[in-house]
Amino acid sequence: MIGISVIRQSIKMALQNIKANKMRSFLTMLGIVIGVAAVIALMTIVQMVSESVMGQMSGLGAGTLTIATMQSPMKEGLSEKDIKTLDEIEGVDGVSPTLSFTSTSVYNGEVYDKTDVQGKTDLYFKHNEDIMGGGRGLNEMDMSGDVYVCVVDPQYVKTVLLGKQVIGNKILIGGYEYTIVGVRKTDESISSYMSDNSTHHGTVIIPYKNALSMSGKGFVDNAEVYIEEGHSVNDVEKALRQGLRNIYNGSEDFFYIINMESLMTMMASVQGMMGTLLGGIASISLVVGGIGIMNMMLTTVTERTKEIGLRKALGAEPFRIQAQFLIESVVLSVCGGIIGIILGLLIALIAAKLLQTDFSLSMTAILLGFGFSGGVGVIFGWMPAKRASELNPIDALRAD
Amino acid sequence: MENSEIILSMKNIVKEYEMGEEVFRALDDVSLEVRRGEFLAVLGPSGSGKSTLMNIIGCLDTPTSGEYILNGELVADLDERQLAHIRNKEIGFIFQSFHLLQRQTAQENVELALIYANQDGRKMHQRSAELLTKVGLEDKIKSLPNQLSGGQQQRVAIARAIANNPTILLADEPTGALDQKTGAQVMQLFHELNEEGRTIIMITHDSKIASHAGRIVKILDGRISEGEIGDA
Repeated sequence: MIGISVIRQSIKMALQNIKANKMRSFLTMLGIVIGVAAVIALMTIVQMVSESVMGQMSGLGAGTLTIATMQSPMKEGLSEKDIKTLDEIEGVDGVSPTLSFTSTSVYNGEVYDKTDVQGKTDLYFKHNEDIMGGGRGLNEMDMSGDVYVCVVDPQYVKTVLLGKQVIGNKILIGGYEYTIVGVRKTDESISSYMSDNSTHHGTVIIPYKNALSMSGKGFVDNAEVYIEEGHSVNDVEKALRQGLRNIYNGSEDFFYIINMESLMTMMASVQGMMGTLLGGIASISLVVGGIGIMNMMLTTVTERTKEIGLRKALGAEPFRIQAQFLIESVVLSVCGGIIGIILGLLIALIAAKLLQTDFSLSMTAILLGFGFSGGVGVIFGWMPAKRASELNPIDALRAD
Repeated sequence: MENSEIILSMKNIVKEYEMGEEVFRALDDVSLEVRRGEFLAVLGPSGSGKSTLMNIIGCLDTPTSGEYILNGELVADLDERQLAHIRNKEIGFIFQSFHLLQRQTAQENVELALIYANQDGRKMHQRSAELLTKVGLEDKIKSLPNQLSGGQQQRVAIARAIANNPTILLADEPTGALDQKTGAQVMQLFHELNEEGRTIIMITHDSKIASHAGRIVKILDGRISEGEIGDA
């Protein structure tokens, strides 16, 4: 048994020694501080970013397949008939076409010529209930073709409405007066990522039929396909691919299907890899920190040879001497670890601000920080502590 | 005294050190008996082997050959852990240079010996305060060694040495670092401890200090002889 009083005394003495050699202890801990801070910051940032990307992606619809088409010489996009064909595929719960183009909107006499206009059906809003930040989405009654209501995104509120009353306000699109009935929670992510935000005025979602007649095109280039419950996304994707190939005369060159689920699985594995890789790189600095600890502990043992001799003369068994120095090295590196955890989380917090994502405290990272620093203390303190325990008390007492 | 039990018995102790090719014999066939309650001085010049003898008595070292029985226990072929236990229980060391930990208070220094005897906290504090009171330092319990005079520091060391009620107090030139007056005070304390029945073995080169002891053995070139003070 090492005994509680020995442990308490060892911790107290370790803190005394750290205090007595402030500069040396600080420089020694710095390695661990930097190592732990790097591990924590990188892991937290990777987790934050991927959580936010995943969040946006699942906002785009899990259990949903998205079809995007390109213009081909034969066909400009999907026709009403094509969409009906796709809707009849086994496992498809509904197809919501999206028609998007850049148009001009007018508010309060001002002209905004870079407005993204999207035509969507009520199906889209039914399947994406959580996209709304306020007001309501478009419903079945808005789809008749002569109802002029719309949903805008926060970007539009910011650049056009300038924060004024949103719901119930009226804007002009394509010569018709539209009443705003709802606001999205977030910007229409894909288009806001693709276009330059500084010149883009925001997105307005209008009923699909209105958009169809406004664009004058008889086809759409985008559609969301909803999966019926009990059907596997991947099976439906296969059937859909076959259906689209039939529409495109056997060619797969002019369309692609985005499967959010498989994309998210891929993202998750990429996140895992990133985390491991960055964590691995950061742990190199922990090893360097550990070498610093070992160096300081070796110096300490040499400096305190006499003390070790005395303790042995007073009846300290070798393993108690070893335990004492091991505790000192663990205290030293865990102190560094605590500072590192705080620093790492601060860095992550600043990064979250800069990347405009939500900061989330990762318990795993904190525990890992403690674990790493404690582990480094034990591993790199072992040899110096062992050396101290093996000193010959006679020589040790005589040392100057 | 003649009738009290023998608590230390050395028979034909030899200690040899290898120095390169040669073998140096530090102790040559030393036999010694000490009875409970004795105050013994081992007198000898430097290089006479008295430090080696002290290390063996104090279980810091083991002899090359010979038999050493301390308080009924045969101290031979014991491993480091067992030797540590014996040092903690049976030996109270008093050194020439005190050997106090500079960053620890007087009380904490005394408690070092108690910690390794696995005493628990409250009992330990009580005992260490008692011990410091006994050596006349009741008002210096929280003082650091550098706030104490040499004589006071040696008293702290003595309090530490008697903390576990050891079989033997083993003092190595206890007054070597003190002036005459404080040295005399420390010797006075030794007498008091001896009168309480404690066994003291004091190693010294100073025949005047040795004269405080009840019995003197002289050591020269690794051999010992019972002797009078005069012929040191």
